[in-house]
Amino acid sequence: MTAEPRPHDYPGPAERAEALEALLLEKGLVDLNVVDGLINRYANDVGPLNGAKVVARAWTDPEYRARLLEDGTAAIAEFGFSGPQGENIVVVENSSSVHHVVVCTLCSCYPWPVLGLPPAWYKDPAYRARIVREPRALLAELGLELDDAVEIKVWDSSSEVRYLVLPERPAGSEAMSEDELAALVTRDAMVGVAQVASPG
Amino acid sequence: MSLTHLPVELDVDGPSSPPRANGELVFAEPWESRAFGLTVALYQDGLFSWDDFKDRLIAAIARWEAAHPDGDGYRYYACWLEALQTLLDDQQLLPEDDIRRRAAELAQRPAGHDEHGHDHAHGHDHGP
Repeated sequence: MTAEPRPHDYPGPAERAEALEALLLEKGLVDLNVVDGLINRYANDVGPLNGAKVVARAWTDPEYRARLLEDGTAAIAEFGFSGPQGENIVVVENSSSVHHVVVCTLCSCYPWPVLGLPPAWYKDPAYRARIVREPRALLAELGLELDDAVEIKVWDSSSEVRYLVLPERPAGSEAMSEDELAALVTRDAMVGVAQVASPG
Repeated sequence: MSLTHLPVELDVDGPSSPPRANGELVFAEPWESRAFGLTVALYQDGLFSWDDFKDRLIAAIARWEAAHPDGDGYRYYACWLEALQTLLDDQQLLPEDDIRRRAAELAQRPAGHDEHGHDHAHGHDHGP
């Protein structure tokens, strides 16, 4: 383990990552095409759009919504979204009286299959500490002013459970199709640091 | 961009395309994405469980936070890389000393060096 401080000449992370890759390659432990494919897939292809589709379906199909709240992992798998970090997803539903927000206090547990990889702020020590200690103040700083009457519930993700927030469907979206609704749903709304804005 | 290798086809250009990364880069530097991709590739090959990795990631983050109470200069993927090195060392897949030694060699390359065009011709001092 590395509890001791690093010596001054300890190589930087860029060189260590490169060395790691070269050594793993020499040992035949990794295939670079696989590594490149994974990076591309998780950095570019899988994004919050998956989650947005789930939310839009829940808004338009009451039976799907019920299944989603009952067993998030299974309902999300109906879309074919599954994989690492998506083994047990619990969906929590916002209402006019309760607002849910998600954090991982210890590291960065996050539902990759529906939201992609976590943004920088989600991993930041300040967010991880303050959203637990003073969620109302921090949400306000992030641009989400909640009425004092709204209860805020903070969910701490772990390797056992990852959370996805089902935001409230915005006013003015009544006539919109499922695809149009999905376009309204942002990553931040599904983590719970924002609400879905009305269209237009 | 072809997305056909995904289990579900995504509408990259259609009306439901916007959220994606919401305009924020997931990786700040190329080495961060390498560290990420290597970890997931090794995990997929069954070389360790995700909890094996995650426990070390949590420990690496906790160590960093203990050493930097003000939180300035936090590098999440530096902790990630640290966790991966520790895990590979613990699993006797790759000794941490080997990584350090190779990284030190890489660090001595002349500036402007092309990181993929080099055939490590100079001597390596691998341990027994």
